[in-house]
Amino acid sequence: MTVQTLEAPDTRILALPEDEVTIQVKGLDFFYSGKQALFGVSVGFKRKAVTALIGPSGCGKSTLLRTLNRMYSLYPGQKAEGEVLLDGEDVLARGVDLSALRARVGMVFQKPTPFPMSIFENVAYGVRLYERLPRAELANRVEEALRRAALWDEVKDKLKDSGLGLSGGQQQRLCVARAIAVKPEVLLLDEPASALDPISTARLEETIRELRSDYTVIIVTHNMGQAARLSDHTGFMYLGQLVEFGETDQVFTNPATGRARDYITGRFG
Amino acid sequence: MTAAIESHEAAPARTAKGAVFDRTFEALCFGAATLLLTALGGLIVSLAIGGWPAFAKFGPRFFISSDWDPVQEVYGASGAIVGTLVSSALALLFALPLALGVAIFLVELCPVRLRRPIGTAVELLAGIPSIVYGMWGLFVFAPWFAHNVQLPIMTAAPPGSIWETITSGVPNGAGILAASLILAIMILPFIAATLRELLLTIPPAVRESAYGLGSNTFEVIRKVSLPYIRTGAVGAIMLGLGRALGETMAVTFIIGNSHGFPTSIFASGATIASTIANEFAEATGELHTASLIALGLVLFVITFAVLALARLMIGRQVNS
Repeated sequence: MTVQTLEAPDTRILALPEDEVTIQVKGLDFFYSGKQALFGVSVGFKRKAVTALIGPSGCGKSTLLRTLNRMYSLYPGQKAEGEVLLDGEDVLARGVDLSALRARVGMVFQKPTPFPMSIFENVAYGVRLYERLPRAELANRVEEALRRAALWDEVKDKLKDSGLGLSGGQQQRLCVARAIAVKPEVLLLDEPASALDPISTARLEETIRELRSDYTVIIVTHNMGQAARLSDHTGFMYLGQLVEFGETDQVFTNPATGRARDYITGRFG
Repeated sequence: MTAAIESHEAAPARTAKGAVFDRTFEALCFGAATLLLTALGGLIVSLAIGGWPAFAKFGPRFFISSDWDPVQEVYGASGAIVGTLVSSALALLFALPLALGVAIFLVELCPVRLRRPIGTAVELLAGIPSIVYGMWGLFVFAPWFAHNVQLPIMTAAPPGSIWETITSGVPNGAGILAASLILAIMILPFIAATLRELLLTIPPAVRESAYGLGSNTFEVIRKVSLPYIRTGAVGAIMLGLGRALGETMAVTFIIGNSHGFPTSIFASGATIASTIANEFAEATGELHTASLIALGLVLFVITFAVLALARLMIGRQVNS
């Protein structure tokens, strides 16, 4: 980390009151087979609000996201140290039930990942893992999720068609519907619009804005405008560190750190 | 200045030479492909011509009858055809679950340091010459199989039941079921390797999405991974089947080599390939030779159909 020795570590993290946050990260370090990717990240994600994570490629945004639902646990070489408290419970602790955790923390990926099954089954998939619902109730749940994801009107007449036949933007909203059908508390969005055209992106943003009233949404994005439009709080990451975290308005209009200012004004990244 | 002019003049010459070279290259490639296609066509035609006397003499009875009697000069292929299909189908039945298990283990569950040894072992299994399987099958496997599988099952069968009929036979270990088991071991590595390749084509994000919804490994495999590779997997299975259908040496060693319609899984039988291998050297009469060639054509058609179907399905998977 030569950068740190050249410049004084200049960070500013807004601490949110603990009773307002769903997830509180404390002193999180992350390692990819020994190579450190996150350095002492501490941050709170506010309940029923959208938090955006921005920063240049490889700065650790996605890594941070993937620790929140323990996705990294699929890969033996990856390791997290520190604390990630979901409603006060440390999800990094041994013996945490990963299925239960992931039911509470849903995730949508960069590229749409529809399963090779019908549209209905895609959305019902997660619900069926946890609940045995009567047919009608399951249908309601699927409809509700598709409505919230702003996809219902486009697919209501072809629920039995394969999810793979939808357009990219529709597939991505299908993935959002699939994630919220499980009724999670937290929704992790990892650059959800990066593979979409502008119109699909606008639709997806509308969906995210609506989800804000019920979920803790954390979105990783490379699109500065998107972060500014959607989020209540913004975190700027650089080289595995959280450099600045605060109210989105403040971070974008008057960043407190030099590096965040340089990045937002387009001087690097 | 001179250098610039030289390079200027050299450029068109080189292009012209390149074009000639390119045309020659294209012609050679085209020739190679055509040669192969011609050979294939010639093979079919010569099989058809060689087998014609048998088809002409017996007509549909060649396929329906199971009388195969070189002394009386009567040839009916149904015993060998059914023997081929049944032994291959049984082989597939045994090999498929194992191959699936191996492939899933290698891709999803295997600790990284065991991946290479197990993968290599599977590939080695594919590399063993079939005559070695045959020998091992006859001298080692068959006696063991007769003593530990065939006899207990036969003695347990209630007299007069269907059970008794389909398990009757000489308890020497050589027969259709034993041949199927050997075949299963032989096709296992092919199916496992192809399934493994297919599983590796699933985008990590799709698997992660399934895990991200809280599925456990079994749910991910059953509901997402396997449906994802469904079409290609059918192709992989067909490729294994194609191999089992044409396998000659190992089967000839252990199937017992008796003609007639097989009624029991322990009975000795014959496949098309084993019949040809056994009798071709001794075929004297024209009709006997023709019948064997006709059998060859039948095997060719069956195998070709299976492989064509497999290609079609794998192609569809790759495109989608």
